[in-house]
This record gives sequence, structure tokens and C-alpha cells, in this order.
Amino acid sequence: MENQINASIVLAGVGGQGTLIAGKLLGILAMNLGLDVKVSEVHGMSQRGGSVVTYVKIAPEVHSPIIEEGTADFVLSFEEVESVRWAKLLKKGGTMIVNTQKIKSLPVLMGQMKYPENVVESLKAAAGDNATIVPIDATGLSLETGTSKATNIVMLGALSNYFGADEAEWKKAIEEAFASKAKTIPGNLSAFEKGRTAGRV
Amino acid sequence: MKKIMLGNEAVARGAYEAGVKFVSSYPGTPSTEITEEIAKYPEVACEWAPNEKCGAEAAIGCSVRGGRAMTCMKHVGMNVCADPLFTASYTGVNGGLVFCVADDPGMHSSQNEQDSRNYARASKVPMLEPSDSEECRVFTKYAFEMSEKYDTPVILRLHTRVSHSRSVVDTVEPESITIKDYDKNPPKYVMMPAYAIGKHVVVEDRTKKIIDDVATAPEGVGLHKIEMRDTSLGIITDGAAYQYVRDAVPNASVLKLGLVWPLSESVIKDFASKVDRLVVVEELDPFLETEIRAMGVKCEGKELFTLLGEYTARLLKEKLTSDELPEPAIDVSKLPQIPGRPPVLCAGCPHKGLFLALKRLKVNVTGDIGCYTLGALPPMQAVDTVVCMGASVGMAHGFDKATDHEDSRKTVGVIGDSTFLHSGITNLMNAVYNESQITLIILDNSITGMTGHQQNPSTGKNIRLEAAPAVSLEKLCESLGVRPEAIRVVDPVDTFECEKVIKEELAREVVSVVIARRPCALIPTGRAKKGVEAKVDYDMCRKCGACGRIMCPALIMDAGGFPVIDAESCNNCGLCVNVCRFGALSKTEE
Repeated sequence: MENQINASIVLAGVGGQGTLIAGKLLGILAMNLGLDVKVSEVHGMSQRGGSVVTYVKIAPEVHSPIIEEGTADFVLSFEEVESVRWAKLLKKGGTMIVNTQKIKSLPVLMGQMKYPENVVESLKAAAGDNATIVPIDATGLSLETGTSKATNIVMLGALSNYFGADEAEWKKAIEEAFASKAKTIPGNLSAFEKGRTAGRV
Repeated sequence: MKKIMLGNEAVARGAYEAGVKFVSSYPGTPSTEITEEIAKYPEVACEWAPNEKCGAEAAIGCSVRGGRAMTCMKHVGMNVCADPLFTASYTGVNGGLVFCVADDPGMHSSQNEQDSRNYARASKVPMLEPSDSEECRVFTKYAFEMSEKYDTPVILRLHTRVSHSRSVVDTVEPESITIKDYDKNPPKYVMMPAYAIGKHVVVEDRTKKIIDDVATAPEGVGLHKIEMRDTSLGIITDGAAYQYVRDAVPNASVLKLGLVWPLSESVIKDFASKVDRLVVVEELDPFLETEIRAMGVKCEGKELFTLLGEYTARLLKEKLTSDELPEPAIDVSKLPQIPGRPPVLCAGCPHKGLFLALKRLKVNVTGDIGCYTLGALPPMQAVDTVVCMGASVGMAHGFDKATDHEDSRKTVGVIGDSTFLHSGITNLMNAVYNESQITLIILDNSITGMTGHQQNPSTGKNIRLEAAPAVSLEKLCESLGVRPEAIRVVDPVDTFECEKVIKEELAREVVSVVIARRPCALIPTGRAKKGVEAKVDYDMCRKCGACGRIMCPALIMDAGGFPVIDAESCNNCGLCVNVCRFGALSKTEE
């Protein structure tokens, strides 16, 4: 039953990766399904290439917009190492989708720290049977549509496999979210399909 | 009609539905989008003001003339417009007048964590506080009605989590914009002692009247929600904290205050009498708690909860229940150590070249509020102080006075174009007038950057991006008394020329202004033109690392120590080209 959806979704990434638009799209999807929804965003300083997070909560009734430790059904990490930063939010039985794109942050560029290796393997080992880790080359798949800017939609395509909404509802939400940039709709729909296929375990 | 809206968007919608005539604001996170959204309604006069005081005074004028008016700001903006606020409380209004202020507990994008509710009490102005987007719409509309009904400005208090959360809103058709008649009425609008003495009486009577009316209609006049459930625990709360309460203790009885100032003693005592244990849950100051205790009502509050930062449902659960707290699925102790990811100056950011020059000069830098505050962080670490809008100029003057000009040989103030127009002008005038010898650097990137690219009086465009008169920073500085020869314009990408010019101006024993001018890399005039790019000639490169030290996000050093330029994010600004001493880097000419 669609109206039974009760999902807390974390969208984590680097400023400029499109987490805000992904959050907005999930908001439209939930509203179209007749559900209550809250999407909490961070604007301002951290958008300048910093670590950013958007929380989306979908349920018959939503109160707090914030997703706390051990309560996220889904963590979508738009960048590999960001998955580690937000891992503590994932709840038991939850699913984490990790874009394997690596973006070096300032301490790495300055040579103060190394970008960690084998992040996905470490996540899988630390999660054990408690959670599902789904790695996906979302940026690579997005580039196949002609731009890296659809990475966010590839990620949502992957999420759509685990989330109780019909494919048609997702596509409708994409069309509504990009209504003011109609030219980008076909590319985004194709990015969604690619994510949906690649994100199946 | 149902729509999903950001809290700020819903405030704009509420004002539009209330028939607001005029909105004048200065941008500030988390309030900025309110005014941007208002600008999308063509029938509303809407503008960016150079600062919050200008915005507030313009709104007061519109109200007195008979139109509904609003001014929006972040919490610290209320400090700037406190002067008109306190006396507008005395004059009252003609058209409804709303001050909208957005607090930032947790300081996501702010320099302090002040609690704006204190302004309501201090200025004797009623304050409403919504908890989600639909309440933002409804409360904003009601704020205009309340303002006219009680002849008072009304403050609408927002919160990062309310302003920047999207939730479902049910919009209705707007009221038409009406302008009331204006009658000259000096005893109401001329606040000199003879009239103000009488108006203070009116203000105190007004507060009493509101309290009485709330007592008879808490859910109407007060917009309170009284939710009686299990009475063993009763919570009094407001704003964003209400949502955490509902998640943490869903069975508790709740008095959610819509009107957080003034407070009705009878409503609070009535609720208190119905519950066994009373707890006040509010972020930041014990504002409600202090008032409730002063009423002689026993309650718990800040002995349980912190004065710092944002609250969460988890924190409330921990303090108020014996429930087990959720455990993460992933054992994070088994995950690798990860590097931090602080915000950085963008590829092509014009501030970079200027900060590199300051770093080489090893000067003291009094800084200011904007993207260039990031100059305080590694790798630049070139900013020594940041206090508030405009303080860079005043503090450089203070350094000059503390050392009888000596430190003006090695101190600069750094301020953006928008911040200079906001609060720097009077400070610069003061420095000239009082014969300081400061060197002020205006980082003119032709936009208000950090808040998301808003226009200002020097950019030549208004809020709707139509052409507007542009103030000349050079002529403005000259008119303040800065000598023409001490006003220098440089391109910050030309970092060595910057260094030379700053050195010359530091030596000059009068006030100097260096305007470092180049548009922000994220606005159309600052973006890379198609077909131009920076290139590396690897035969010429000596791997000295100079280009890497500018820490451009578009230039990465490979494992062999050679620079690699990411063509997609390169802005072709040429800073890396300028710092290369071996001619290994070049860019195509525009």
C-alpha cells in the first residue's frame, strides 16, 4: 500500500552535487502520493564545496524534519567518503546507496590527510547483516547521459528499487521537478532508468 | 491548493495572500528566500535594501502611509534595525507592519546564536512563531491582521529548521492590495518627549489588552495549540522545538505557544494546573521559562536542557523518558578515519588572489561578513578578526588609534562590496574625519555572494534583475574624503600587482582604499567563457608546487607532483598562471 510508506531518507554529498534538487523531487513524490513530508536543507556557507546534507521524511504525519542517529531508512551518499561521515544515521535494516565518485577535500589536497581506500568494503564489513550497502557509479552513469549534473537523479533511480512507489509516480515527480527546465526532462528520465537498473542488488 | 513549500516561501505566500504592498529587506541566511519569493509576485513592490535599518524604515513608511509592509532579516539583522523597531512600537501602524526575523540555533551560517525573542519583550512588540511551512503561511497572514487590530508592529520569528524545511502548504487566493487613507497625526507619529510619554501609556495598555484577549481566545488571538493527552507530563514549547517534542514524547500533553510574546498568565496557569509535571522545552535562552517561573508556576527547563545549539528528538527522549535510544546499524568505530570537508573558496574566486597577497605581506587583517570570511581558514589563514557587518573598517581604525598610527603600516581591513554599502560607509567616513591612516580593501565581486547572489546598490541591477542605477565605489569613497590618489583599483587575480599596491598604500599616511575588482566566479559576468581554458606545459613544469598552494578546487596535483587542471570546473581566471614562475601554465585569451 502506497500510503503505508514511512521513510527517512538522508541525502549527503558535497555542495553543488544536487542534493537540494533530489530532496525537492522526493517532496513532490510524497505529496503526489498523498503523504505528509518534510525536507530539511542546509543553505549558506557550507554550500561552498563543503559537506552538505538534506533530510527527507515521508510518513502519514511528520513532525521533526531532522533525521537522527540510527533512524534513517536510507542514506544516499553522493560521494564515497561522505558515506562514512553520515553512516551513523542509518538504522538497523536500512539501505545505504553509495556513489563511488571520489572528491578530494581540502585536507587531502593540502596533503594533511589521505583519501581513505576501500570505503565500500569497510562499510560492508562494519554493517554486517545489519544493513545493505549498494555501491553505484552514479556520476559515471550520469555522464553517459551527457552531463555529470544528473548524478542526483541516478541516485534516486537506485533508491526507487527499495522504496514503495510506482515507477510512473517517480517519472511524474521528475517531470514536475524539472518543469521549468523542460529540455532536461528526457536526460533526467534516462538517468533515472540507469540508476534504477544499476541499483538493483 | 496544496503545494510543497520552503518555510520562507510560505511566509512570502502568506504575505502575498494578506495583500502586502511593499517588502524591503537585506539578505541573510536563513531569511533570504522570503524576499526573493516575494519578488516573484509582480504586484508587490519588493526590493533589496542596503541594510536592515533601511529596510525597516522603508517598511514603516509604507505602513504609516497606509500599505501593508514587511521587512525580513536574519537574527543579527534585527540588531541593525533595533532602533526603528523600538520606536515603531510606540507609533504603531496604519497598514499592517511585520518584522520577520530568522534565528539560527546551531549557527549553520551565522556568527552568533542570539535569541530574537528577547527583542519582542524589550521592544514590547508581539511575536508569533510558526513551526512548519503551513503555519508560516497562516501566521504571516495573521500577523498583518494582528498588527492592524492592535495598532502595533508584529514580529514573526523563524528558525533555520522552519525557514529551510519544505512541507505541504494549502494556499488560498490573495486579498487585494489596499492602501488606507493617510491622516496627518503628529501625536501618533512624531516621537518627541511630549508625544512619546503619552504613547508609552498606549503601548503598555496594548500589551495588557493582547494578554486579556489571548486569555479568552488562546487558539484564536494567541494561535496557541492546547493538546491534552496523558497529563502525567505537560510540555510548554514553541517553534521548531514543538516538532522535537511531538517525536520524543508523543503521548505528553502540550501547550504550543503561537504568540510567544506577550504571554497570558491565565492560559499558562490553566495548562500547568492540569498536568502533574511541567517542562518547558525551548532552544537557546530560558525565555519562556523565566516568564513562567515569574508567574509563580513550578516548572523544569534549562536544568534539563542546554543553552547551546539545536535540540533534537533524541536529546528530549534522553532527558524525559527511559526509552531506549536508536542504535546505528553500522559500527562506525570500524570505519576508516576520514578527512573533514570544510567550505572552500570556489574555483575562479576573485578573493583567492587577494588573500594570497595578504598572506605574503604577513599583515594584520580585520575581516568582515561574507564568503571572504573563509579567508580565515586554511590554506589562506589571512583573516584575524570577524565580528559583524562593517566591523572590519572600524576595527582597523581602532588598531590605528591603539598604536598612534603605527599599526596602520601593517594592518588592512577587508570588506565586500555589499557589506561596505551595508555598514562600511559611516566607518570609513569616521576614519577619514578622525585622521586615521588605515588601508581598507574593498573586495568588489559585484554581488552579495554568500547568501546566494543578491543584487546590491553597486551592481546595476535590482531584485528583479532589471537595470538600476549603480553607485560608484570610487566616487563614494572620494566623497567621504579619501584622497583620489589613495583610491586604487586592482584585479585580485593579479596577485603580485595587488601586493605591490597594498604595500604602497600601507606606507601612505592617510586613509587609503584599494578596490579589488572582479566579478564572483558564479555569476554570469564572472563565469568562464566557452572555449577558453588553462593549460599545463609539462616540459616547462619544475614541480615547484606554487600552483598547488593556491588550493584551487579545479587544480589537483597528481601523484608525480604535476598539476592537472579539471577543465569542467576551471574558471580560466588565470591565478595559477600568474603564480607560475616557469611559464608552465597558460590560458587562452578571452
